[in-house]
Amino acid sequence: MKIAVCVKQVPDTWAEKRLRESDRRLDRESADGVLNELDEYAVEEALRLVEAHGGEVTIVSMGPERAAESVRKALSMGADAAIHVSDDGLAGSDALATSLVLARALDGRDFDVVIFGSESTDARMSVVPAMVAERLGWAMLTFAQKVDVDGTTVAIERAGDGETVSVRASMPVVLSVVEKINEPRYPSFKGIMAAKKKPVESLDIASLGLDAAAVGASGAWSEVADFAARPAKAAGTVVTDEGDGGAQVASYLVEQKLI
Amino acid sequence: MGEVLVLVEQAAGTVKKVTTELLTAAAAIGEPVAVWIGPGYTDQAGAVLGSYGAGTVVVADGPGVAEALVAPAAEALAALVAQRSPSAVLVASTADGKEAAGRLAVRTQSGIITDAVEIAADATCTQSVFGGSTVVHSRVTKGTPIITVRPNAVEAMATGGGLPARVDLDVSLSEAGRKATITGRAVAVAGGRPDLAEASIVVSGGRGVGGPEGFGVIEALADSLGAAVGASRAATDAGWYPHQYQVGQTGKTVSPQLYVAAGISGAIQHRAGMQTSKTIVAINKDAEAPIFELADYGVVGDLFSVVPQLTEEVNKRKG
Repeated sequence: MKIAVCVKQVPDTWAEKRLRESDRRLDRESADGVLNELDEYAVEEALRLVEAHGGEVTIVSMGPERAAESVRKALSMGADAAIHVSDDGLAGSDALATSLVLARALDGRDFDVVIFGSESTDARMSVVPAMVAERLGWAMLTFAQKVDVDGTTVAIERAGDGETVSVRASMPVVLSVVEKINEPRYPSFKGIMAAKKKPVESLDIASLGLDAAAVGASGAWSEVADFAARPAKAAGTVVTDEGDGGAQVASYLVEQKLI
Repeated sequence: MGEVLVLVEQAAGTVKKVTTELLTAAAAIGEPVAVWIGPGYTDQAGAVLGSYGAGTVVVADGPGVAEALVAPAAEALAALVAQRSPSAVLVASTADGKEAAGRLAVRTQSGIITDAVEIAADATCTQSVFGGSTVVHSRVTKGTPIITVRPNAVEAMATGGGLPARVDLDVSLSEAGRKATITGRAVAVAGGRPDLAEASIVVSGGRGVGGPEGFGVIEALADSLGAAVGASRAATDAGWYPHQYQVGQTGKTVSPQLYVAAGISGAIQHRAGMQTSKTIVAINKDAEAPIFELADYGVVGDLFSVVPQLTEEVNKRKG
């Protein structure tokens, strides 16, 4: 089974994020770049699937040169090879352009399964997996909390709102997985050393045969008109519990007509 | 004014609250047209849609629609975008909604904006990003604006409208649309509590709860308030409470009228999921906990005495 896992480098989950005044884009320089935490679950699930059924795992990432660190991290977890799409002309790409690049990079390589995390912790749109499936014309199984493979059939349990839905499709299939699906492994020392020797294929706009005008900031189909820091909240009331803390909260909620 | 398509979310034939919010948001841009996917449309459902402003309901059904996942919604909406040239398409920021929106954007060659909390008459969207620290105005510059709207962000307003005019749309699913089939559904054990994303009150517990049994007091308060239960990542990672209840950057984003954080310090990870709540109450032993910076009302104290007392007071008031 050939599995691709699409990953993204994002600003550290625990860092404050801000937009730049100049181009109204996320300031990626001011924070450390890390492998999107939610993508680790996708890498882990891919590794578990090949451990159980055989095959190989390829990491696919679009991002600037420094995203290579995140690609290496995914390789050090145990993936076999990687494809890194990097081009200055891709900066400012929206979800549609990103999905175009990823679909082009994935197409024609005989992948059986493509796995995504449920969202990136920076843009948090959750739409790229569906867009890639649509572009490839593949089945789409999103937000999986459990994945089973039987021959060429992939069955998932999908956490919906108030219900769990079982869904099935035949390969090739695009999956996205949620964080409850597994516990991602930490890269071992051996894994980190091995990752340095694993093949990483570099691609750019030209080698993918893409129209440069269709991607990057110029190809974006939406724009940020303006932005502002959220007005600071007026300081609230803080009391120390003297034995009637619960009653005090209740009075506050009554005052606010919340109960 | 053009039409605005609203993808209806429903459970067993009952229109979900988020759909009424979407209809209200749609009315600001144009004439709301509700789009019902699959079987199960009834006059009762229509009455709800009409009373929140839908003048027309398109019932899109066809062979295989009920068994297919999300793709029918994307295909029906794409057909309607071509037929009716709407000013915008609104869907809920839910798992199904986002998948449908993503597919629809590719299919109709249109820009997409996710997690809008407000939409202006010209379809400019307000988004609250980076855990609510930044307010962004954005707009779609190509195609038909596809907008996903965050549940609980827009207040649904009844218009007193009557039953909408029904238009039927035959959906003949494409080969790609039939690829993922639903083989079963199991109702999640929610213990009768409201859905976390839609709840108007959420009570969450964190590290300070101390263990799975500690969530008993959190659940008791939630039940007295008719609230959903949430948990911080520290609590779900420790296995004290199931993952699907995690509120935060790697979990659910909630925006209820009232958010009660008990034993939660308020790391960015958590704040990202609840910062836009209308009123925030925090209970924590540590007076220095960052959650108090967000709190409208905070109590420095032991949650195991404050929370049960609050529960008792709430129950007393209910008589």
